[in-house]
Amino acid sequence: MKKMKAIRIAYGEALAKLGAENEKIVVLDSDLAHATMTSTFADIFPHRFFNAGIAEANMVDMAAGLSVAGFIPFASTFAVFAGRAYEQIRNGICYSKLNVKLGMTHAGVTLGEDGGTHQAIEDVALMRVLPGMTVLSPCDANETFRAVRAAAELQGPVYLRLARLPSEVFEEEMPFVVGKANIFRDGADIAFFTYGIMVSECLKAAQALEEQDISAAVINIHTLKPLDSEIVTRYAAKCGHVVTVEEHSVIGGLGDAVADVLAGKVPCIFQKIGVQDRFGQSGKPEDVLREYELTPGQIIARVLSARK
Amino acid sequence: MASAELKTICTRVRRNILEMLTGAASGHAGGSLSMVEILVALYFCKMRIDPRNPQKEDRDYFILSKGHAAPAYYAVLGERGYFRKEEFRSFRQLHSILQGHPDSRKCPGVDVSTGSLGQGLSIGVGVALGHRLAGRDSHVYVACGDGELQEGMIWEAFMAASHYGLDNLTVLIDNNGLQIDGPNDEVMCLGDIEAKLTAFGCRVIRLADGHDIDSLLRALDEPSAGKPKVILCRTVKGKGVSFMENQVGWHGKAPTRDECELAVQELEELA
Repeated sequence: MKKMKAIRIAYGEALAKLGAENEKIVVLDSDLAHATMTSTFADIFPHRFFNAGIAEANMVDMAAGLSVAGFIPFASTFAVFAGRAYEQIRNGICYSKLNVKLGMTHAGVTLGEDGGTHQAIEDVALMRVLPGMTVLSPCDANETFRAVRAAAELQGPVYLRLARLPSEVFEEEMPFVVGKANIFRDGADIAFFTYGIMVSECLKAAQALEEQDISAAVINIHTLKPLDSEIVTRYAAKCGHVVTVEEHSVIGGLGDAVADVLAGKVPCIFQKIGVQDRFGQSGKPEDVLREYELTPGQIIARVLSARK
Repeated sequence: MASAELKTICTRVRRNILEMLTGAASGHAGGSLSMVEILVALYFCKMRIDPRNPQKEDRDYFILSKGHAAPAYYAVLGERGYFRKEEFRSFRQLHSILQGHPDSRKCPGVDVSTGSLGQGLSIGVGVALGHRLAGRDSHVYVACGDGELQEGMIWEAFMAASHYGLDNLTVLIDNNGLQIDGPNDEVMCLGDIEAKLTAFGCRVIRLADGHDIDSLLRALDEPSAGKPKVILCRTVKGKGVSFMENQVGWHGKAPTRDECELAVQELEELA
């Protein structure tokens, strides 16, 4: 039986662990501490936890101020509400390259039942375009610990895209180097570039493709910016068929980032799989994933249609 | 510092503001001239700072939330010796340390980059929380415009400052009554600012003349145990230049060479 754990739970635990090691770590939330799981930190370090109330813009700039005063703030809410404080992230944090970490949970359509108003499908696009912003999205609970640590050690703004649902925890411990993608499965015919909980879906698709004698690599792009263009170029050239898979709009996400690297350089079949320029909706997470054509079976069908 | 000397400094600051704006042929005259005394009181009398060591850890912090008053800020920082006054000539030019709005990564003495209205106060709340957490007795001063109070996040910030009992935070409001599209009351009425701030849990001190340095200093010295302090300064937009005073049109405009000469002449006659 596969071990399951939610990335957001690991996020809370990672903050608490880091908080014990480094007293410069402070955490902010805007009245969602028990959902983003920053409450795990707050319970242990109440004097280093600041609730901004339901006021995301103020929370983001309070985090900016705490970094000016020498602390390493992690500010959290749902990923979709980071958009509400977008200009604060731009001008308050990124413009001055302040050392603020944005740990945004409940990203993507697998947020499920709360529906389209709460499902961030655009956050990677919004964050990627900000000069100096590092964008990370860990694929499981273990990688979340490493991503949070890497974010704290990196000087400058970092956006962490974190999922809500319990998801598979991979046994293999991979190194986490910002900007260096991890090869989860090697292959010669298709290169899947993916991140977050879609890594697990792509691995299932790759296993099924193997039964049809198609060898698919699965590469975990845990750092969406700066992108590991070396591995992208190498695997596109090696496989000749690139498939990006993300629980995010096909506009502005990993698909576009990979296309930017390959355009005019590596001839290949290129497919962007993701949310097709529409909002999410309510439903059980597995039903929503199917509606948005992000299940392993649907990924396989798309991939095979391009190889006929 | 004697008040005659402070007056001379204010005149020099106003002159430098006008020359900066004229040189750049752009920038914000009215709201720079209205807050000269506020900045001079802070930087020449009140704040614990060391211009030779702008990053000194135990310094007091200042945040110009109304970042478009950058010329006034730069004129005062230059006067205080944070950088050479020759830099004034580069205001708003390519590669200048004196950007159109204050940039903490470019200009010595600027603690926080500002320009987008409403954000400086929230950042100030964060800095004040940080000082308290670190056990530093540094004070945080934030200057806001009155039009800026129309930003919703300003009230989020006041709510937070009061919730966290930040008595190491002082907000100075440059209440000149005008904004770019017209008088505050016509664009978006602010109502009774003092009552609103009091209701938000602030200790409010109202100054009938925000150009009187002595009363500014008295207000800055007032205690505000357990509460953020707000000094609501009634000021005159374009103060010191007769044809700019209380004129909406001079919000975001720079004087021509001739206008600048006329204005400087006036300032010197008054001095």
